Amino acid sequence: MSPSVPLQEMIRAIRSARTQCEERGVIQRECAAIRAQFRQTDNGGRSHNLAKLLYVHMLGYPAHFGQMECVRMIASPRYSEKRVGYLGAMMLLDEKQDASLLITNSIKNDLSHSNQYVQSLALCTLACMGSAEMCRDLAPEIDRLLRSSNSYIKKKAALCAVHIVRKVHDLGELFVPSARSLLSEKNHGVLHGAVVLITELCERSPETLERFRKTVPDLVQIMKGLVISGYSPDHDVAGVSDPFLQVRILRLLRILGRNNEAASDAMNDLLAQVATNTDSTKTVGNAVLYETVLTVLDIKSESGLRVLAVNILGRFLLNNDRNIRYIAMTSLQKIVLTDHNAVQRHRGTIVDCLKDQDASVKRRALELSLALVSASNIRSMMKELLIFLSSCPPELRAQAASGIFNAAERYAPSKRWHIDTILHVLTTAGGDVRDETVPNLIQLITNTSELHCYTVHKLYRALLTDISQQPLVQVACWCIGEYGDLLLKGECQETEAVQVTEDDVLDALEIVLQSHMSTPTTRGFALTATMKLSTRITDNVDRIRSIVSIYGSCIDVELQQRAVEYNALFKKYDHMRAAVLERMPVIQKNSLGQTNGELSEEPMKESQPGKVKQEETALPPQPAGQVVDLLDLLGGSQEPLQPGSSVAGSASTQLTAAPTSAGGDLLDLLGGFEPTPLAPAPTVTVYEKNGVTLTLSCEQQSESGLTVTLTASNSTDSDISGFTLQAAVPKSVQLQMRAPSTDCLPAHGGAKLTQLVVLNNPNKVNLKMRIRVSYTCQGSVVQDMVQVDSFPGL
Amino acid sequence: MAKSLQSCFFNQVIDRVQQQVEESQFYFTLAPRENSVKELRFLLLFSRQGKLRLQKWFVPTSDRERKKVIRDMIMLVLPRQPRTCNFLRWKDLKIVYKRYASLYFCAGLEEQDNELLALEVLHRYVELLDKYFGNVCELDIIFNFEKAYFILDEFLMGGEVLETSKFAVNVSMEQADTLQETMEEYMSKPAY
Repeated sequence: MSPSVPLQEMIRAIRSARTQCEERGVIQRECAAIRAQFRQTDNGGRSHNLAKLLYVHMLGYPAHFGQMECVRMIASPRYSEKRVGYLGAMMLLDEKQDASLLITNSIKNDLSHSNQYVQSLALCTLACMGSAEMCRDLAPEIDRLLRSSNSYIKKKAALCAVHIVRKVHDLGELFVPSARSLLSEKNHGVLHGAVVLITELCERSPETLERFRKTVPDLVQIMKGLVISGYSPDHDVAGVSDPFLQVRILRLLRILGRNNEAASDAMNDLLAQVATNTDSTKTVGNAVLYETVLTVLDIKSESGLRVLAVNILGRFLLNNDRNIRYIAMTSLQKIVLTDHNAVQRHRGTIVDCLKDQDASVKRRALELSLALVSASNIRSMMKELLIFLSSCPPELRAQAASGIFNAAERYAPSKRWHIDTILHVLTTAGGDVRDETVPNLIQLITNTSELHCYTVHKLYRALLTDISQQPLVQVACWCIGEYGDLLLKGECQETEAVQVTEDDVLDALEIVLQSHMSTPTTRGFALTATMKLSTRITDNVDRIRSIVSIYGSCIDVELQQRAVEYNALFKKYDHMRAAVLERMPVIQKNSLGQTNGELSEEPMKESQPGKVKQEETALPPQPAGQVVDLLDLLGGSQEPLQPGSSVAGSASTQLTAAPTSAGGDLLDLLGGFEPTPLAPAPTVTVYEKNGVTLTLSCEQQSESGLTVTLTASNSTDSDISGFTLQAAVPKSVQLQMRAPSTDCLPAHGGAKLTQLVVLNNPNKVNLKMRIRVSYTCQGSVVQDMVQVDSFPGL
Repeated sequence: MAKSLQSCFFNQVIDRVQQQVEESQFYFTLAPRENSVKELRFLLLFSRQGKLRLQKWFVPTSDRERKKVIRDMIMLVLPRQPRTCNFLRWKDLKIVYKRYASLYFCAGLEEQDNELLALEVLHRYVELLDKYFGNVCELDIIFNFEKAYFILDEFLMGGEVLETSKFAVNVSMEQADTLQETMEEYMSKPAY
């Protein structure tokens, strides 16, 4: 096969250029020469020129002037020119270019060419860049080729048909008969193409899926043949006979067996056979096993088979090959919600993977471990997670820390353990925790009154060791300020007491105040703590007074303001000092009305940092939603409210009634609303059509977490089956759908279907959800989409 | 751009981009039952210096998007340590890559594709190149890039595997080349 000399010379010239500039010069000269050649009429070197242009294009330089040349070459009678022309078409043209339409006719002619290699060029190009119009034009041709006797052409036509179906869904009907007959082919290439085509057709239309269910026995037969047959040199890859075909058949079986008992039964034996017989020492065998596992878990398989599948995944976890461990963990992640117990059995191995060298494996292991935490294994899991946190790569720290906090919050066996865990995380990864950790921890400590003494001792010791982790220092300062008297008393049941004098405590706080590592927020905490101690200690009040007055001339405005106010507290309002600096009451979380009420009672602007923070973080979700609605109303566009909403609806109608003239009224309206507590879980009807009703209710679980419950009911006269819901949310919001309670809705509202959706909205974006409803009623499939823009109670 | 500048900031930029691209979430997550079978999105070959040797796109992509994807892939794959996992996540795609001598083979898969099988696809392509060129090396692919594309077109089409037998692919390539030569001789023009 003699290579193209002009092309290779050019490549050599380009490669020998020593700088980018030189290379650009060479390429410009070559492109000029090529353009000149294109303008000339037919000469012998046309294919060389186009090939040169394609090389230049691959280096990243513009090559659009070659598009018309491609069109001309494709129309040429010479095979060499056609070959390069079609290659150019695939590289330079795509469906968005106008020139691509010009080659439709050439492709049509070449599809009926006498030589199969010319036909194959046309088929390949059509499958690569065929636009919807081209596909519509040429679909009948492709169907004809599917029925030809030449396997080489048939297999290419099959994949071309796949492309056509992807581009123009309606044309699927055209290919169904031919696809069916192709399944009886012996040639593996044709068989593979047929399976891919059938898969595509079934994906696009549920009726076709029903029709192709009858092919399950044939597919099972073909698979059996592949698995049991002896060595076939043509298709063997490391002991597995044609793994590509096996995997595609397994995937098709998955689609056919989903939600269908009969089909799933028919393939149970086969799947068991494949799972046990496939050699798992090489990657290729594991690829087939992996596909088998995915299929088993997705169809209605019997429990023994499911256990077998999860065990295969467990074996994967122990494999030396990192890729296989990674695959195993991604699969286990998908089934951890539905087959929780089965996955729990492999918890030990998963936790071991936390120590793996590879970052991708570590990330998967972390996600899976967090999903596996439960009330029974919380202590051991937390130990492992904390060890992981101390040695994990920096990009995983934030995720690990927040995961640990969530787990601790849900399953803490005792308060002391909870506090210990949080303190441990703050010492190890204090820099990576979220901002609301500090108020959350403070609230937790306040609520655990029996452990105040223990907590303050522990925090004091932590403060002495290290003041670099800001969240820890903030919490420590706050506690010392609040419970300093307990610290000074010196006795504590839970932990060994240390003799602490007032000077020691004030020294510690002063170090925090003066350290360059402390942020302004931390300094604020420390100053307020020092002030609070003035009522809790007896001897060194003067020292406190002097500290406070020094900061009266601090450059930081926030600190200065506090210091000046505390000074005033010492001088003019000394009689109120004790009352003002009293112990804090227990903070209630998630009841907006009460926190705001407490704030308005404070006579001085005593900015308790913990409470302010909590209030700040709790407040935005509510007013933000209200403000948006308000602005819409002020702007004139009245947003139609969802029918049937309870509190949210009444709140909004109150809004419309109130005068909305000046912008200043906005704040009053907001102030007026705060005291109203939210009803627990208002529901809203989001979809009502053909007797099927879908209602939505949501509950705020945490700062960014939200649980949405979707309830569906059926008031028609006939039963509904195959009811599925799919949900989509904006990017940056994480979504997890729990398994629905059922997928059948009996007539006349006999029973309801509920499905839980767990959302996590860390960036607090405006939450919208698009829900796709799909069900079968009286034999016909109904699909509908509804968008939810406002959530009740948010 | 001066090469010294690049080398100064290269590592920091790599770390940052790698972190960002690996942590990217889905744009739109549909519920777990969305299981439509899709294809390979693209196949790229690039050298250790980041020079592109082959690009095959199985979905329509604009020039700008292509350049961006190529840049991102090179940034993601090149800094990877030798014995790490061959699978990555990037936006909503799975990326499978394998290094053969001085070339990186990088494929972008849809969510539902089988990564282990994709590794096999890459390996099969390398075997086909090897059989055709005889102990293939990067230079073969540079100087005969159009042949590499022709072989790829006999093996994959529309993102799916076209022919599962090694021998069949090689036979078709030989016959097509023979056709080209004989037609040239017949038309008595210099051989391609």
